[in-house]
Amino acid sequence: MFTELLGQHFVHTALLAGAVAAVVSGAIGVFVVSRGASFAVHAISELGFTGAAGALVVGLDPVLGMIGGSLAVGLVLGLLSLRGRERDSAIGAVLAFGLGVGVLFLSLYQGYATVATNLLFGSIVGVGDGQLRNLAIVAAVVVAGIALLYRPLLFSSVDPEIAAARGVPLRPLAVAMFLLLALTTAEAIQVVGVLLVLTLVITPAAAAQRLTVRPGLAMLLSVGIALAATEGGILLSLAQPWPTSFFVSAISFAVYLAARVVDARRAR
Amino acid sequence: MTGEAPVVSAEGLALRFGERLLWDELSFNLGPGELLAVLGPNGTGKTSLIRILLGLLEPSEGRVAIEGRPPREKRGSIGYVPQQRAFDRDLALRGRDLVRLGLDGHRFGIGRLSAEQRARVERALAEVGAESFADRPVGRLSGGEQQRLRVAQALVSDPVLLLADEPLLSLDLAHQRILVELLDARRRAAGTPVVFVTHDVNPVLASVDRVLYLAPGAWAIGSADEVLTSETLTRLYGTEVDVLRVRDRLVVVGTPDDTHVHHVEDGSGR
Repeated sequence: MFTELLGQHFVHTALLAGAVAAVVSGAIGVFVVSRGASFAVHAISELGFTGAAGALVVGLDPVLGMIGGSLAVGLVLGLLSLRGRERDSAIGAVLAFGLGVGVLFLSLYQGYATVATNLLFGSIVGVGDGQLRNLAIVAAVVVAGIALLYRPLLFSSVDPEIAAARGVPLRPLAVAMFLLLALTTAEAIQVVGVLLVLTLVITPAAAAQRLTVRPGLAMLLSVGIALAATEGGILLSLAQPWPTSFFVSAISFAVYLAARVVDARRAR
Repeated sequence: MTGEAPVVSAEGLALRFGERLLWDELSFNLGPGELLAVLGPNGTGKTSLIRILLGLLEPSEGRVAIEGRPPREKRGSIGYVPQQRAFDRDLALRGRDLVRLGLDGHRFGIGRLSAEQRARVERALAEVGAESFADRPVGRLSGGEQQRLRVAQALVSDPVLLLADEPLLSLDLAHQRILVELLDARRRAAGTPVVFVTHDVNPVLASVDRVLYLAPGAWAIGSADEVLTSETLTRLYGTEVDVLRVRDRLVVVGTPDDTHVHHVEDGSGR
């Protein structure tokens, strides 16, 4: 049964789509974690859901609506460039309202409720060839963006005061970062769903920074962990018919716990 | 640059926030190797002056030039040492990464260091004696170790001007002395002028060439012996202020907020 499934085209498509989303999620995650912006990821993904639900109501492709919703929130967060507690409460307020609007959109939508369920919980095995192509294009944009902005993004994430003094434009960079994050989130939603985006964007990066103190290596490790979680999760869900998102989040979390243990032993 | 030309020239600077005037007609030049201490109570625009010199803030009036150019154009050649702040303990960033960012962190791309650049990072680390902890995560270093890395980060780009904003805050006395010595050594060896913002002059008293004292609504500039006197500060504050020498320390008594009991072990003067 399992080996039979491995030969199926839709499984190959799912594995490729998962890999694409994992690479961008793991890469952008290190900047998100070093900025302490995990909550922003949550907001962007949930409002991506609102965008998707809105698109369904007016008869558009929900993926487009999702990207639109994520980008809008990413842009606002980047422009506000809030820090610390102020950012937390502002995001909380916007997030709550956005979700409320999403609920309204869903109630207005007359189609199949499974579309909404898939958005919330992910539907990696439902990815078609056209969707895979779009995922790859968006991922290429994100990877190019990260490669181009790597040093100033790192500088402004870990050391904003000196970065500003050295002429790094903090606000435009924050906007760029949040837009890249929004695109990444829209990718990850298609694999693990709105509710579990953090498992690909935050958990691998958080684990990676417990395993290494080198920023470049942390990004590579983060990508590796995200890849292992996604591909492993898809394969496990073929063997045992539980949701893919569960397995992805379980592997991701297991690596995170292991990384903490390794780090704690080293510190002693 | 000839040895005579000022590195920094400030002409007729004024700073206003809304209705409130912090200072005006503030002019000074800074020559090669000079150390200027900027003193004064909170809220008198000490940090704003640093931001103006960095080109991050426009003065309400007047102009600043660094080697004859507006500060914005010279940002790449200004070294900045900030107040010590806590880094996240888990941050994946080594001491040497922090220093390296001071060299090429503002450039696009991923960037690989050339052998020459790597040598510069090593030199900067050696200059501040940070080799032994350069590979440890910055979030787990002591405040003093972090500030030494800050000096290396400021020096690695071979700056024409060093700006330090309360770099000694929350450091123990031994580290305060090390940090001042590092900045002092640099300006003597390379002729890099230093602007040193501090609420306590004593740690830098032995090194300082001139003092800029910013009081609410008034300022004075000159040698420490000229400015840090009961007469001058009484005039600046418009109320009786006493400057006392207690052993090797300079103590200011009677400023309206009376926050500054200057104290330190090293105040041998000049």
